[in-house]
Amino acid sequence: MNTAAAIKTHFVPAKTIAGRLSTFLYRRPLFLLFLLLVPPLLWLGVIYLGSLVALLLQSFFSIDEFSGVINYELTLRTYRELLSPANMDIVVRTVLMAASVTIAAAVIAFPLAYYMARYAKGRVKAIFYLAVMLPLWSSYLVRVYSWKLILAKEGILNWIFGKLHMLWVMEGVLSIPVIGGTSLSVSYMGTFLVFLYIWLPYMILPVQAALERVPPSLIEASSDLGAKPGQSFRNVIFPLAFPGVVAGSIFTFSLTLGDYIIPGIIGSSRFFIGQAVFAHQGTAGNIPLAAAFSVVPIVIMAMYLYLAKKMGAFDAL
Amino acid sequence: MTAAVSFNEVCRYYGEVHAIDHVSFEVADGEFFSMLGPSGSGKTTSLRLIAGFENPTSGDISIHGLPTQNIPPYERNVNTVFQDYALFPHMTVLKNVAYGLKVKGVDKKIYTRKATEMLNLVKLEGMGHRHPSQLSGGQRQRVALARALINEPRVLLLDEPLGALDLKLRKQMQVELKALQRQLGITFIYVTHDQDEALSMSDRLAVFNDGKIEQIGTPAEIYEDPASEFVADFVGNANIIRKNLAFKLTGQGSSFAIRPERIQFLNRNTLQQDDFCVAEGKIKDIHYHGASTRFLLELSDGDEIVLIQQNSENLPSSQTEKYDIGLSRKIVWCKKDMRYFSG
Repeated sequence: MNTAAAIKTHFVPAKTIAGRLSTFLYRRPLFLLFLLLVPPLLWLGVIYLGSLVALLLQSFFSIDEFSGVINYELTLRTYRELLSPANMDIVVRTVLMAASVTIAAAVIAFPLAYYMARYAKGRVKAIFYLAVMLPLWSSYLVRVYSWKLILAKEGILNWIFGKLHMLWVMEGVLSIPVIGGTSLSVSYMGTFLVFLYIWLPYMILPVQAALERVPPSLIEASSDLGAKPGQSFRNVIFPLAFPGVVAGSIFTFSLTLGDYIIPGIIGSSRFFIGQAVFAHQGTAGNIPLAAAFSVVPIVIMAMYLYLAKKMGAFDAL
Repeated sequence: MTAAVSFNEVCRYYGEVHAIDHVSFEVADGEFFSMLGPSGSGKTTSLRLIAGFENPTSGDISIHGLPTQNIPPYERNVNTVFQDYALFPHMTVLKNVAYGLKVKGVDKKIYTRKATEMLNLVKLEGMGHRHPSQLSGGQRQRVALARALINEPRVLLLDEPLGALDLKLRKQMQVELKALQRQLGITFIYVTHDQDEALSMSDRLAVFNDGKIEQIGTPAEIYEDPASEFVADFVGNANIIRKNLAFKLTGQGSSFAIRPERIQFLNRNTLQQDDFCVAEGKIKDIHYHGASTRFLLELSDGDEIVLIQQNSENLPSSQTEKYDIGLSRKIVWCKKDMRYFSG
């Protein structure tokens, strides 16, 4: 009988080395896992965490003000220096900027992400994705400089306002104390706008992913039970999308905290943390203070994540 | 008395697709009404129209005599048990159940007490503090039920609520749901594709096919007297005997349906009578189902016919005659069990 002959009557062990290796690894899944995890763990554990520890250590050294030589004795002197009013100004300024950029990004991103997740289909959805991602394809520096052209006193925005005979609006906005200035490109408002533009995709994508995971039937169930649209949003949609907002805000917040390019190009020339780090480790040669400054965003992010967890941001994960 | 729900020439089109097409029916107050049909037949769309998640393309739907046009779901006195339960994953079981009262601004003390009562009603005492993810499928089903009932709807909509449960649990929940409906005395509108479920639970049912209702009636009416070939086949898998074969067997040219359990093997004990129909076929397949055995027979001209024989001990045929694949056997049924269709 033909069919019987075709049926294997015994198991055929793998003959090639690759085949034997496959069998060996198939039988030992934990060993395979170990092999797969070693490179990333080495990378994360030794190189990344190691450099962080080295950085942290640096911040406990101090610098001799006269000779400029680093004194390798553990001390809190550098941190005392960090807490001086001038340096705290930098910290407060950066945190306020990061917080306002994050809030604004969340407010702008949510409706967009909601539309992308709930309503956009097929081609429209692809176009939205493209529109969100497209800015990330070109150089960050190029985009920041192009904003300089847009926001400058002789820039595109002023030209448009001028043509519309609405320069008084611009002047009104710029006359606001602290955040205003002679033009948008040298004011905090300008810095804020550019930060917002640069980091917005990092907010939209996680929020959109979170909203996509909310089953439509939950929203229907909510309205079925008598919740008006606003109540459904507050009680169901937002709490379930909140982890996405937190994930996005981790990006926008920490990226703003650490950035040293944007405030250098656009804004009042006052320092942000990133610039302080850059200046101290470079021209000033004060590595310990630079390290202490870099510890600030780490501590702030740790507190931020702790608060987010307390607020239940990760409950729905 | 006004009907709990009435459809008047309702259509719902999605572009070219006619999800439901000129459907009219009424559901009486306090009735257990099922909508039965294959997937895509329009039964779930009908339910969603009653709930208000969708609006009819044309036609009118009223709930307790009130027209529903432009009334959003949150203003309708109907509640839904969803197929996937749609429990809020970020809330405890108690919060889920209390949700309907909470959004209406009911005082926290009152809604907590009522939600606890509802949990007792569905036999989930002490589960209030858990999250839905910590419950089994059957328990989630009960939470969904309790949550939908807390608003004291006059009409409860159930969208294949038992579809995700295993067979044993499903049978148990069928009994409980039916008992709950009697106890509460409210209208249940129940969507299912399971004919057993629809037959055993409903006061009346509507059989949907291709966006239209094929037949509405009590379970016995639907089963005993199917109005169309589709109903005969979908509810209880009748043998449909088409014109040519029907003519050979009965001398009449109109097609008819005959239930598999109404056909017997012809043996010595069978009394030959005038009102019997006899045919001969070769046994092609045998499926043993425990309580019964299902035989597939091939008639001489290639038509197939299904016969179900109860496996009761006192049936002499099961002992004296052999029924194996490949054997030719004569089968017999009563003419009065045949259901003719027009056309």
